[in-house]
Amino acid sequence: MSLSLATPDTDIALWLNQQTEKSLLRFLTCGSVDDGKSTLIGRLLYDSQLILDDQLASLRNESRNRTTGDEGIDFSLLVDGLAAEREQGITIDVAYRFFSTDKRKFIVADTPGHEQYTRNMATGASNADLALVLIDARKGVLTQTRRHSFILSLIGVKHVVLVVNKIDLVDYDEAVFDRIVAEYRAFAEPLGFKTLAAVPVSALRGDNILAKSERTPWFDGTPLVPYLEAVDVAEDRSAGKLRFPVQWVNRPNLDFRGFSGTVASGAVAVGDDVLIASSRKPAVVSRIVTMDGDLQRAVAGQAVTLVLDREVDISRGDMLSHPGETPEFSNQFQARLVWMSEEPAYPGRSYLLKLGTQLVPATITDLKFRTNVNTLEHTAATKVDLNEVATVTIATDKPIAFDAYASNALTGGFILVDRISNATLGAGTIEFGLRRAQNLTYQSFDVNRDVRAQMKGQTPRIIWFTGLSGSGKSSIANLLEKRLTAEGRHAYILDGDNVRHGLNRDLGFTEAARVENIRRVAEVAKLMADAGLIVLVSFISPFENERRLAREIAGDIDFVEVYVDTPIEVCEARDPKGLYKRARAGEIKNFTGIDSPFEAPSNAELVLHGAEAEPLVLADQLHAWLER
Amino acid sequence: MTSGSLTHLQSLEAESIEILREVAASFERPVMMYSIGKDSSVLLHLARKAFFPSKIPFPLLHVDTTWKFREMIAFRDRMAEQFGFDLITHTNADGVRDNINPFDHGSSRYTDIMKTAALRQALNAGRYDAAIGGARRDEEKSRAKERIFSHRNESHAWDPKNQRPELWRVFNTRLNPGESMRVFPISNWTELDVWTYIYAEGIELPSLYYAKRRPVVERSGTLIMVDDDRMPLAKGEVPREELVRFRTLGCYPLTGAMRSSAASLPEIIMEMQASRTSEREGRLIDSDSVGSMEKKKQEGYF
Repeated sequence: MSLSLATPDTDIALWLNQQTEKSLLRFLTCGSVDDGKSTLIGRLLYDSQLILDDQLASLRNESRNRTTGDEGIDFSLLVDGLAAEREQGITIDVAYRFFSTDKRKFIVADTPGHEQYTRNMATGASNADLALVLIDARKGVLTQTRRHSFILSLIGVKHVVLVVNKIDLVDYDEAVFDRIVAEYRAFAEPLGFKTLAAVPVSALRGDNILAKSERTPWFDGTPLVPYLEAVDVAEDRSAGKLRFPVQWVNRPNLDFRGFSGTVASGAVAVGDDVLIASSRKPAVVSRIVTMDGDLQRAVAGQAVTLVLDREVDISRGDMLSHPGETPEFSNQFQARLVWMSEEPAYPGRSYLLKLGTQLVPATITDLKFRTNVNTLEHTAATKVDLNEVATVTIATDKPIAFDAYASNALTGGFILVDRISNATLGAGTIEFGLRRAQNLTYQSFDVNRDVRAQMKGQTPRIIWFTGLSGSGKSSIANLLEKRLTAEGRHAYILDGDNVRHGLNRDLGFTEAARVENIRRVAEVAKLMADAGLIVLVSFISPFENERRLAREIAGDIDFVEVYVDTPIEVCEARDPKGLYKRARAGEIKNFTGIDSPFEAPSNAELVLHGAEAEPLVLADQLHAWLER
Repeated sequence: MTSGSLTHLQSLEAESIEILREVAASFERPVMMYSIGKDSSVLLHLARKAFFPSKIPFPLLHVDTTWKFREMIAFRDRMAEQFGFDLITHTNADGVRDNINPFDHGSSRYTDIMKTAALRQALNAGRYDAAIGGARRDEEKSRAKERIFSHRNESHAWDPKNQRPELWRVFNTRLNPGESMRVFPISNWTELDVWTYIYAEGIELPSLYYAKRRPVVERSGTLIMVDDDRMPLAKGEVPREELVRFRTLGCYPLTGAMRSSAASLPEIIMEMQASRTSEREGRLIDSDSVGSMEKKKQEGYF
C-alpha cells in the first residue's frame, strides 16, 4: 500500500490536488463477538501509519496484561472507545474510523457482534457500500454470521468481503479456509450480493492485510487492503431517475424563492421540466444556485438550490422529479421492518414515519410475517420484538412520495419514531406501494377501527347524554367537545334537535317514530365511532328500553351513558326554547316531563346534577371521569 | 453512499450542507457554536454555502472565557461584520466575579466553570433546542461513537448507551420539552480533510495558525504565548521571541504552541503529515485521565 503522506520531497500543490481527487469508500465490519473486528480495524489504522506517537505510547501502556501481536499492542484498544466497553471487553455501539491510501479515503463503521445490538449493525450498514463479514477460523459460520449477512442484504449492501480471521490459530490451514468459504457461499447465495470475495487473515499478526502473507502460499486472491482500494462499488446514482427532495425553502427576500435540497438520484439541468410529487404541478428549472456560482447541471449527491420559472406551492417534504419518471405517491405500502426497540411493534399502533424530508403519522396496518434471520423462514406473528425483521403494510396519514428501496435507498428507507418518547424505534425498507387500481393485495389491507383510532390517538366511544329538555345536556356536550378538540381529539356532537331537521325530518313523535329516531341516531353514532371519533349524543331519550337499544347497537364500542339529572322545576324555569311554556299551553303533545314520562336511568355510568353546578364544572367532572 | 462523480471532499461538503439545512428546517431555535478555530471556520463556510443566497438563519454563539487570544476576538468580530451573521457572545459572569482563571484554579476547574458551565448557561438562556458544533469523529475515541444528531437530556447530558440509531440520511430531530440536540455536521471529516478543504476553498483563518515570531515562555515542556499582561511570570522568567504556530486555538494560557516555520497552508499540511502527535495533545484538558472526554461529555461539555 502506498501511503498518503506528504514529505519534504513532495510537490505539495500536486499532492494536495491528489488529496482532493480521491474517491470515498464507506464500509462496515460485522461478525460475531470476539471475531476480532476491533483488532482488524486497529490493524488497518496502524498499518496505514495513522497511529501517532502519543497514541502509540498510551496504547502500549494500556496493552499490558492483554493479548498482543509482535508489536506489543492490543489493537482493539484503538477502536473500543467508550470506557464501559473497555471494562466489559466488548464493543457496544457503532464507531466510525477513518484512514486513507493514495487511491481512496475510507470511512469504517465498526459494528457490534453482540446479539442485542443488531440494530447498530443495520445502522452502520445503511451508509455502507461494502461490508467485511468476519469469521473466526476456529468457529466457522455462526448463527450471528447468518443474521448479519441477512441484515446486510435487507439494507441493500451489495458488496461483501468474507474475512476469515485468526487463520494463524488454525495453523494457516487451507482446508479450514476452503470449508468456511464454501459454507458461507452456499448460505449467501439467495441474498443477492453483487460481489463476494474471501480473504484468510490474522488481524493480530498482519497476514494478508497489506500484502500477501508467506504463511498462506495457497491463497491466490488479493490481500484485504489492495482489494478495498480497487473494488468497484460505484453505482452511478447520477444515471438514475431524478429525485430531488425539498429540504428547506430558501427565501432571503421577496425577489428570490428557491428550493434547497440534495439530489438523491439522477441529475437535473437548467431548462428541465419537473413535476411536484404532491400536487402533480409542472414547472421548469430556471436556475441552479450555489454560493460558488450558478450551475447548468447538478447530479446525485450535490447539495444545491433550485429556482423554478413560476410560482408553485412547494414546501419541505415535497419531491421534484422529471415528468414520466415520477416516484410513487401513496399512503399505503408494504415494507420490511427491522425493529430496534425494547418495546415491540404492534399492528394498529401509531408512529411518526420519517422518509427523507417527509414526516407523517403512520400506522402498521398488517403484520404479514416475521422472517427468521437465521433460517430466512417466514413465521406468523402478532408483534415484532427487538432485533426482529418483519414484513408489514403501513398506512400514512397523508400520501408521501417514495420509491421501492431496491431501486433507491434514499427515497425508499424510513424510520419509525415513538410519538411520546420520540425515540427511533425501527427502520424500514419499502418493497412496493399499495394502490387499489394497481394492486390486488390492497383488498387484504385491513383498516379497522383500531387502526383509525390509533391514527387519531384516541379511544373511540359513544357518550350518550340523557335528561329532560333544558337539563343542560347540550351545554355540557358543547363544552366537552371544545375541550376534547383543544386536546387534539376528534369529537362530534349528534344533537336531537339538529338530527330531526335533517336525517330524521320524516319522523314524528309517535312511539314508533321515537324508537326509529333513536335507532337511526344510534346507528349513526356507531358508524362515527367506528371511524375513530368520540361521539357525543345529546338526546332526551326518556325511555329505558330506547337507551338499551342504543347500547346494544353500539356493540363492542365503549358506550357511556350520562344522566344529566336536573329537576323539572329547574328545567321549566330555564325553558331556553320556550318549549315548556308551549307544552303547558297544550301546543306540544307528548312532551317529556309534562304529558309523557321520563324514565330515570338505573344503570347510567355517570350522573351529573344539573341544578347544583355550572355546565363548565359538570363538563370538567365528565372529562375527569373519562380520563380516569 | 459513494457517488460515481463526486470526490470525497465534494461528498463530505454536500453531506455537511444537508445536515445544516436539516437543522434549520427542523428546529425552532438552533444556534451554531463558533470557537473561531479552523473547524469553526470550515463550519461557518459550510453554513454560508448551505443557505446562500439567504444569510445564515441562526445565530453563532461564542463562549468567551475572557482568556482567548486577543487576535481570536478581533478575527471573530471581523468575520461577523464581513459575513453579516448574528453573533452572540456569552461569558460566565459568576466566574468573572470570582476571578476564575487558569493560573490560580487549575485547568480542570477553570474549564468546568468558564467553558462547560458557561456553555450550559448560554444554551439555557437562549432556550436553544439545537446546538451545532464542529467536533469530528477522528478527534477522540468517544467522539467516534457519537451520532451526527446527538440527543441531550434536560441537563445537557449525553447517554452513550441510549443513542438513537441513525440510518441513511434520515435524522430523528424530535425532542421532548427541555431536551436538546447537539449536531455535528463535520463528523465524518478528518483533520486532513479540514486542512485540504481550507486550502481548496481559500478559507481565511486567524494568523495564529501560521508560524510567526511570538513571545513565549516554557511551562512543563509546553510553550505558552504571553498574549497579555495578565500572564503571571515566575521570578526571573522572561518571555522570549520564538518562531511558533498553533495547531488548535483556545484559551492562550492552556494552548501549547509548536516551534515551526510553516507560514503557509501547504507548509502546515506538509508539516502536519510528517508530525507524529495527535491534534488534541496540544489541549491540556484531555490528558487528565483515560476516558476524560467521555466523562466531560456526559456532564455536558461539547
